[in-house]
Amino acid sequence: MTGVGKLIRLILRRDRVIMPIWVLVFGLLPAGYYSSFQGLFPTDAERIQYATVSADNAGFVALYGLLKGDSFAVLTNWRAGFVPVMIGLVALLTVIRHTRVDEEAGRTELIGSTVTGRHAPLAAALITTVGACTVLGLLTFAVMAGQSGSTSGSLAFGAELAASGWIFAAVAAITAQLTSSARAARSIAIVALGVSYALRVGGDISALGTGGLSWLSWVSPLGWVTRIFPYGPLNWWPVVLSVLLSVVAVGVAVYLRGLRDLGDGLFAARLGRASAAASLSTPLALAWRLHRGLLVGWTVGLGLLGLIFGGVGGSVLDIAQDNKGLTDIFARLGGSSQLVNSYFAGTAGIVGLIAACYAVQATLRLRDEETTGHAEAVLATSVSRFAWAGSHLLFSLLGPALALFAEGLVSGLVSTSGNFGDILGGVLLQLPAVWVLASVAVLLFGVLPRWSLVAWAAPAACLLILLVGETLQLSQWLLDLSPFTHIPHLPGGDFSATPVITLIAVAVVVGAVGLVGLRRRNIPD
Amino acid sequence: MTEAIEAEGLIKRFGKVSALDGLDLSVETGEVHGFLGPNGAGKTTTIRILLGLMRHDGGKVSLLGGDPWSSATALHRRLAYVPGDVTLWPNLTGGEVIDLLGRLRGGLDPSRKDELLERFQLDPRKKGRTYSKGNRQKVALVAALASDVELLVLDEPTSGLDPLMEEVFREVILQEKRRGDRTVLLSSHILAEVEALCDRLTIIREGRTVETGTLDQMRHLTRTSIQAELTGPPDGLATMAGVHDLRTDNGKVRFDVDTDALEPALQTLVKVGVRSLVSQPPSLEELFLRQYQKDELPKAELPKAELPKDVR
Ligand SMILES: Nc1ncnc2c1ncn2[C@@H]1O[C@H](COP(=O)(O)OP(=O)(O)OP(=O)(O)O)[C@@H](O)[C@H]1O
Ligand SMILES: [Mg+2]
Repeated sequence: MTGVGKLIRLILRRDRVIMPIWVLVFGLLPAGYYSSFQGLFPTDAERIQYATVSADNAGFVALYGLLKGDSFAVLTNWRAGFVPVMIGLVALLTVIRHTRVDEEAGRTELIGSTVTGRHAPLAAALITTVGACTVLGLLTFAVMAGQSGSTSGSLAFGAELAASGWIFAAVAAITAQLTSSARAARSIAIVALGVSYALRVGGDISALGTGGLSWLSWVSPLGWVTRIFPYGPLNWWPVVLSVLLSVVAVGVAVYLRGLRDLGDGLFAARLGRASAAASLSTPLALAWRLHRGLLVGWTVGLGLLGLIFGGVGGSVLDIAQDNKGLTDIFARLGGSSQLVNSYFAGTAGIVGLIAACYAVQATLRLRDEETTGHAEAVLATSVSRFAWAGSHLLFSLLGPALALFAEGLVSGLVSTSGNFGDILGGVLLQLPAVWVLASVAVLLFGVLPRWSLVAWAAPAACLLILLVGETLQLSQWLLDLSPFTHIPHLPGGDFSATPVITLIAVAVVVGAVGLVGLRRRNIPD
Repeated sequence: MTEAIEAEGLIKRFGKVSALDGLDLSVETGEVHGFLGPNGAGKTTTIRILLGLMRHDGGKVSLLGGDPWSSATALHRRLAYVPGDVTLWPNLTGGEVIDLLGRLRGGLDPSRKDELLERFQLDPRKKGRTYSKGNRQKVALVAALASDVELLVLDEPTSGLDPLMEEVFREVILQEKRRGDRTVLLSSHILAEVEALCDRLTIIREGRTVETGTLDQMRHLTRTSIQAELTGPPDGLATMAGVHDLRTDNGKVRFDVDTDALEPALQTLVKVGVRSLVSQPPSLEELFLRQYQKDELPKAELPKAELPKDVR
């Protein structure tokens, strides 16, 4: 364990910009929700009505979790129900970045040759990440205690956010031991986060209806933390469970680290073929080899999401039938007149955003290929830059289409309410917006290659606009920045070809500029 | 003889950094051409320009008679490249990478591939991420050497190889050389390798060509060290052209002399009368070190001259 202090300082130095940003943004976001709710609902009656409606809305419950109560503090905590997912994501990325990424790049070896213990890098990564999440929680505690006046509730709220970070930091500590590739370690950890989110959604939606599957939430760490209900029926058990899980997971990670050598994964690599199959002879065949894992993973993942979203669609109808007033209220809240339609239109937007993340990830594979030197090897053969980029882009454009199709197909098939064609259509309609985000990544890669990773800011901004846009009453031009704002809301809304064609045109132009930039620039840059 | 590679006054800037500053390089068809220079001299940058991966900011360049930037894909059918830092796709086996790169280039000879795998003792069934540095290098070498191409561009191809494999590499290149129609551009830091393989070589420093020619021509540029005991004072030696770093001490003289000036210098010594004489032949190492030195100070002021204090 010697050298941990030095490594911690190194991590803090390397993350000196990004870490304070996420700690501040996520730590202060609840306070932002609180004041915007105060602005939105000047009277008690309005606030209580909003709470009543939201508590039964399956789409809202899917996104944010169960709502128990109607005070400003309760609403704030509920509205921040997606924040634990984001914190979990950041925490796992941070841990992998400072463990397996370094190890794969050989930096750990460099450090290991100075005086550091075998467990020091893992310990340093965990201490900084867990520390940052704790600071984040304390920040939320401080500002919420001031705003809500409830000390114990705000402490629990802070613990909720901090614990989601602790758990996924610990999960990442395990996955970082499993494979020798950082990308695989990251993917496994993200899948764990996704499964845990999906389980929570399933359990919570079920709790809205008959409750037969509500235990699903209790198998998911994200389900635990959203069941603390800091300002409602406060329950500290999930915090205890989270701490226990984190400690056990860290123990497992340390044990696994002890079993393996530096640079290795636990899953040993096997021998493969001595010569290439006859089909592996074009840039497209190579792109298929490099993208097929992503394609299968995202398609199956979105298909599963379709199972949840579609399955929930039925209970939306039940709720609507139970509550005659609901339909009117939703019409007034700006949704479509039909509850089921508005639910599916809403989930289509979420699914579109998720598919956009896939599109950006697949596009940025080009940059990975460049920085690793693979591009240089391929482009020194008689493959043109367009053929090389084009074969990757085929997957970043059509891959999300397939994944969206899987989601729409499954949710349309399992849904007992709503029209199959409309549901599938509403999901596929997200594609032009997805392509716009992919084209932004192409533009950066072609013109400002060193800034390629900034392409992630686009889906992040769209998510932020989706999450806080209406609550914070952002002005329209800000909302309009997200291509998803322009997609016709189907089913239920009016279809219009103009925005679809415009978005496709934007994607084509932006992408073309990127490709021209790629043709003219140095490789590698 | 036609020229496989011809670059004149090549300029390349990265922002404010000037990586190439008027570089000249001329490689004749059928020769093995050594390309040397200290770290950061611009070897890899030159090679990337030759491959159309980077665009030059000034000067002229042609490769196999074409423009490497605008007709890159057509030219690349006729050449094979081994990058300085070989990385492989983690989930493709070495054998798959060899076949793939060969096919993307327009085909490779399977029996030649098997022969090379055998000679380099490479297991092609391993996944890319499990190869050691030297073995990754071998994968790229086999992929390049198994293709029937006119030009091989090799950027420090042996930097990760053990001495045994380095020997295999030399044999293979010498074999290629005997065929007579293959041109090789070989960037290297290993002098013995260059000496064993190259017909001609180009030395660059800070983006500029400082020396080019055959090894024999280069040897001419080196200096012979002479130590002699004389019977009289060495009159006229100090002012002679080509004599450097002259020191006299109780009838003993030490100096370095350019190969061109060796004969007149010796004649002067003989005229004075020689009691004993030691001469050290010119070494390539010395030449390289001299060309690699950053500052252009005369040899007399280099550290070597400071050592033998007792002689003075
Ligand atoms: N993409 C780039 N951006 C900025 N500067 C670069 C880039 N590539 C190379 N350089 C700079 O250009 C100069 C020449 O580098 P180059 O890699 O060609 O040297 P080299 O002769 O191959 O060195 P070595 O023997 O270490 O391989 C160096 O100063 C390097 O820092
Ligand atoms: Mg180099």
